[in-house]
Amino acid sequence: MTDSNDRVYTYYPGCSQMVTNKAYNISTQNVARTLGLEMVELDDWNCCGATAFMAVDKKRAFVLSARNLALAEQTGREEVVTACNGCYLTLNKVNRHLAEQAELAAQVQKALAAGGMTYKGGVRVRHLLDIVVNDVGEKRVRQHVRRPLAGLKVACYYGCQITRPFGEIDDEEYPEMMDVLSGWLGAEAVAFPLKTKCCGGLMMTTQPEMGRKLTGAILRSAKQGEADGIITCCPLCQMNLEAYQDQVGAAIGYDCHIPVLYFTQLMGYAFGLEGSELALRDSLTPVEATLMEKVESR
Amino acid sequence: MEAVAAKDVGEVFLEHVYAIPDGEKINECIQCGTCSASCPMSDAMDYSPRQIIAELRAGMLDDVFKSNTVWLCSSCYSCAVRCPAGIPFTDVMYELKRLGTQYGRYPKRTPNAVMVKAFTESVDRHGRTHEPELVQKYYLRTNPFKFLSQVAFGLRLLARGRMALLAHNIKGVGNLRKMMAAIEENGAK
Repeated sequence: MTDSNDRVYTYYPGCSQMVTNKAYNISTQNVARTLGLEMVELDDWNCCGATAFMAVDKKRAFVLSARNLALAEQTGREEVVTACNGCYLTLNKVNRHLAEQAELAAQVQKALAAGGMTYKGGVRVRHLLDIVVNDVGEKRVRQHVRRPLAGLKVACYYGCQITRPFGEIDDEEYPEMMDVLSGWLGAEAVAFPLKTKCCGGLMMTTQPEMGRKLTGAILRSAKQGEADGIITCCPLCQMNLEAYQDQVGAAIGYDCHIPVLYFTQLMGYAFGLEGSELALRDSLTPVEATLMEKVESR
Repeated sequence: MEAVAAKDVGEVFLEHVYAIPDGEKINECIQCGTCSASCPMSDAMDYSPRQIIAELRAGMLDDVFKSNTVWLCSSCYSCAVRCPAGIPFTDVMYELKRLGTQYGRYPKRTPNAVMVKAFTESVDRHGRTHEPELVQKYYLRTNPFKFLSQVAFGLRLLARGRMALLAHNIKGVGNLRKMMAAIEENGAK
């Protein structure tokens, strides 16, 4: 069932995928294998720094990402792929800013050298969704569909940092890559006006009232669009949308219960992979039951 | 913390903002308010993003630091992509967070400031984040009683194998620390 493809990518999972959101990592690896994409995990990668490090110390934040980029460059492969929006933007932004800020770049080089490393600037940072839609493409994705998702309605939630601020791979405000991909899998992507409205990120912990309000608006919008589930391409968005539905519903006075899954889980399900290969039971929402009810009963 | 006069911080701030790609565009703000209308957090803010720029122009940097606005920015970049003047305002907010941290000029126990500090400590220690440690530190430093309310949630994650009890240290953590020490020698952040 696996495809053959010459493309070999360096894979950067990111911290949250190791344990808390391991279902994203597991489903990514199994879907990639099915598609014939070779994903070689970056050896001894470190945290990208996310939005947090940049808020404390810019130079140290740059060093964190630069070490990852340097490690990626050492592999000889040009592209480093991540499925996390936060890692994608952080690595991408540092990569771009190093090219544009010569003085800072020189200081970062000196710091890398203190650890015996160097970065020439030859790595390209990419999001997994971009790889699937633009490198693999419609024809090959469709070839692997064993269990078409006809009848399943999904709301595609992109979050912020996959398209903003750079808009490199899709529209900053109204991207369509996941909607298009869902169609290839046989599912219907519903109209979803809040597909890139912020879920609040860390605010769910630090400013819970605002977190619930923002997340509530997104969940309500998906339900009003009559989606059977939400698919996401970011682990933090995923957690915010799936984990607090009781409290969020109580806060906004609307039943917010809806399954939330990663786009890789949806792909793998359509490819006929087992639930365990997609870690469907890691979910805090009834993902597996919904897929079985909506897809298998047909 | 070194004592720095308000004017000096203002100079440092502008210098740093101008170093950001397109940072000089902050001078082209027309006070249209698109940023404020686009910001998902603005109704919880003391001053909206548009007002922050007005305050900066009026030299009221201390007022900006004292407000809750800076630490409510969630980095969604909606303001930045919609700004008709092309101001990278999210990066301006980052600069304000950094200066506030550096000079200790934000209200004590500001939740997001405590959170990001705990985050950086975790990464400095392990090379990666260790979420249970991060959450524990955050609640102990803000509201220890709320930590108890998180226990049930922690157990739900634990039951699904979604919580690591032990942190993973990267092999190169010593090397990473050398790099971090080297960049510190360069002074200003």
